[in-house]
Amino acid sequence: MATTLSPGLLLVVPLAPLVGSLIAGLAGKAVGRRGSHIVTILGVAISFVISAMVLKAIAFDGVPHFNQTVYEWMTIGSLKMEVGFLIDGLTAMMMCVVSFVSLMVHIYTIGYMEEDPGYQRFFSYISLFTFSMLMLVMSNNFLQLFFGWEAVGLVSYLLIGFWYTKPTAIFANMKAFIVNRVGDFGFILGIGLILAYTGSLSYSEVFAKGEELTKLTFPGTDWMLITVACICLFIGAMGKSAQFPLHVWLPDSMEGPTPISALIHAATMVTAGIFMVARMSPLFELSDTALSVVMVIGAITALFMGFLGVIQNDIKRVVAYSTLSQLGYMTVALGASAYSVAVFHLMTHAFFKALLFLGAGSVIIGMHHDQDIRNMGGLRKYMPITWITSLVGSLALIGTPLFAGFYSKDSIIEAVHESHLWGSGFAYFSVVAGVFVTAFYSFRMYFLVFHGKERFHDKPFPGEHDAHAEEDHGHDDHGHAGHGHDDHAHGHGAHDHAPHESPWVVTLPLVLLAIPSVIIGYLTIGPMLYGDFFKGSLFFDFEKHPAMEELAKEFHGAGAMALHGLSSLPFWLALAGVVVSYVFYMLKPEIPAAIKNACGPIYRLLDNKYYMDWFNENVLARAARATGIGLWKGGDAGLIDGAIINGSARGIGVLAGVVRTVQTGHLYWYALVMILGVVGLMTWQLWPYMSQLMGRGA
Amino acid sequence: MNITLGHYLSLGAILFALSVIGIFLNRRNLIVLLMAIELMLLAVNMNFIAFAHFLGDLSGQVFVFFILTVAAAESAIGLAILVVLFRNRSTIAVEELDALKG
Repeated sequence: MATTLSPGLLLVVPLAPLVGSLIAGLAGKAVGRRGSHIVTILGVAISFVISAMVLKAIAFDGVPHFNQTVYEWMTIGSLKMEVGFLIDGLTAMMMCVVSFVSLMVHIYTIGYMEEDPGYQRFFSYISLFTFSMLMLVMSNNFLQLFFGWEAVGLVSYLLIGFWYTKPTAIFANMKAFIVNRVGDFGFILGIGLILAYTGSLSYSEVFAKGEELTKLTFPGTDWMLITVACICLFIGAMGKSAQFPLHVWLPDSMEGPTPISALIHAATMVTAGIFMVARMSPLFELSDTALSVVMVIGAITALFMGFLGVIQNDIKRVVAYSTLSQLGYMTVALGASAYSVAVFHLMTHAFFKALLFLGAGSVIIGMHHDQDIRNMGGLRKYMPITWITSLVGSLALIGTPLFAGFYSKDSIIEAVHESHLWGSGFAYFSVVAGVFVTAFYSFRMYFLVFHGKERFHDKPFPGEHDAHAEEDHGHDDHGHAGHGHDDHAHGHGAHDHAPHESPWVVTLPLVLLAIPSVIIGYLTIGPMLYGDFFKGSLFFDFEKHPAMEELAKEFHGAGAMALHGLSSLPFWLALAGVVVSYVFYMLKPEIPAAIKNACGPIYRLLDNKYYMDWFNENVLARAARATGIGLWKGGDAGLIDGAIINGSARGIGVLAGVVRTVQTGHLYWYALVMILGVVGLMTWQLWPYMSQLMGRGA
Repeated sequence: MNITLGHYLSLGAILFALSVIGIFLNRRNLIVLLMAIELMLLAVNMNFIAFAHFLGDLSGQVFVFFILTVAAAESAIGLAILVVLFRNRSTIAVEELDALKG
């Protein structure tokens, strides 16, 4: 590798998947199923190899950061719209994570989508997604960031509604699209504010002017401009990273095929918001208010979305709520100014959450597309590789010492503990309580799926889906009891035979993802959190927000941290969560049933997801529809069409009706008017001489 | 009694007024309308002759010949139009000829 990064090489990284996507998408019939998966996997593999080389160059060879324009799109006055790359530690790491997880998912898809008629289309979409995500993370300006941001949103929409004949999938993708538009509205306002006050879209130029921005206030108010801009940007992150209250789309997005849930709705796209805030750290550091907002929103998401995971029975939905909760953890870390910790958790989470999702997908294949965990049990005998890898993923998720999740999650908890911003007390409580909840729902799912009695022979909950549809729970409920969702290939009648282990294309990615889920935290915590890997890409104001500095003082190596972790509160809480779930679901299954009966209102609140969907559907959507209908009937049909367009026509008609009576068609009438006109004209002309004429006549 | 210019002009004015009223009041026959127009021209001729005589300038009388010629031509054309009109509409009643009505 040369001493500097070459633009041409970097350009290949996003373009290789794009080429693969175009071939598979436009010439899918010509190249066939085999051809399209070979070409897309090749494209993503090229991306991954180059990304790994870039990461090595940045992290080990000390190659200087690359910040350069590769293509100038247009110039409007002093505003330049460009395509450019900013390659530093943060970008290099994100590139590797995105391309690696994407590669795994591509391979996995060969097995998962084997019998699907939309095989080529699916490969085209996921390669297009990889291209968009890489454009997003590699960007060096806001415009390209926004392009990538919208492009991943589009692909997410396409993929949630991949099975477009299912009404629930169409509902879910519309929901995801609309909720994301709400977030994007804030995002584009934030970009607009920054552009208006700095006159530039380039990161480096905007960050250089950050200090000047702190002196400005938002016109008409006494709010700091930087606070308004940061909160607007964060609203964008809330939409994409599914933070409360814009989280509602993520659980529904499980309508899409499982590889997508792993790639887009767990590992990469939903972390775009986290990445963006980390990238904007020089701006967020300037506003304590914005950081407090970020932290409180993250804390709410981390804790309350975890509760919802406890009562879900669809295997994918449990993992989806766990994703929401973990995204909340990352957001809390951002709020505590521990950007590197947030990005670190983003990375470890990408590995173990992709693993958990792909594991869930493997279970779904094995169960012949039944997704209800109450119908599973004892699967470890039938699916040993899936069992082991899912166990690894769950252990990483709950933060078992030495696993990847432990390092990142423990660092987040410590960082929040050290933060002194408004709201940090609540955030600390949320993330610590969240550890117990996480452990509880993760192992509830693990025990119900892989251990205990084999329930798949008699199917205790076959008709759950229909029963639920009759209750008036709001729209979200068709997804609630998930079986029948993934049954594109099998009918319900095919459930009788025993589960089986998945083919090697499915288990290979599981194994390849399980390895980093175990070791990546141990290996990288030193350089990423306390070394200078992120030097120059993340910005910390140690005087105002000392969290990272305090953490660094207490850090004495990854091994010591794991040992120390054994005696800390989060570890015992996680252990308690595991034990409680074991007791509840293995030893005494009557306890959760009793609790469910005793706490009816709370159960109903959770079952309806805090009535968020109800609220959105009946209050926000209804109000929006009423406004729309009002504007349509009153404004468009009434005022514009009725009064202005038809009204002017009617007015002219009435006027013409009056005027036409003058035209009698009779000659004598015209002659009279003519004579009267002549008399009038002559009178008018001769009036001054009238007295003279009269005088002479007399 | 001496006949002055004023008497001639008055006669012309009376003839003109008669013809105008003839145009207005006539609801029946288009021929009457044409005749009223002829009368109007004659009123003008009367003025021409009167002025020519009292001002001692013959060119006014010459003009009358022109006007009579043109009036004859006009009547011929008018009557021709009238015939065609009657063929088409089977009527020459002024009241019923209102095709220009808005």
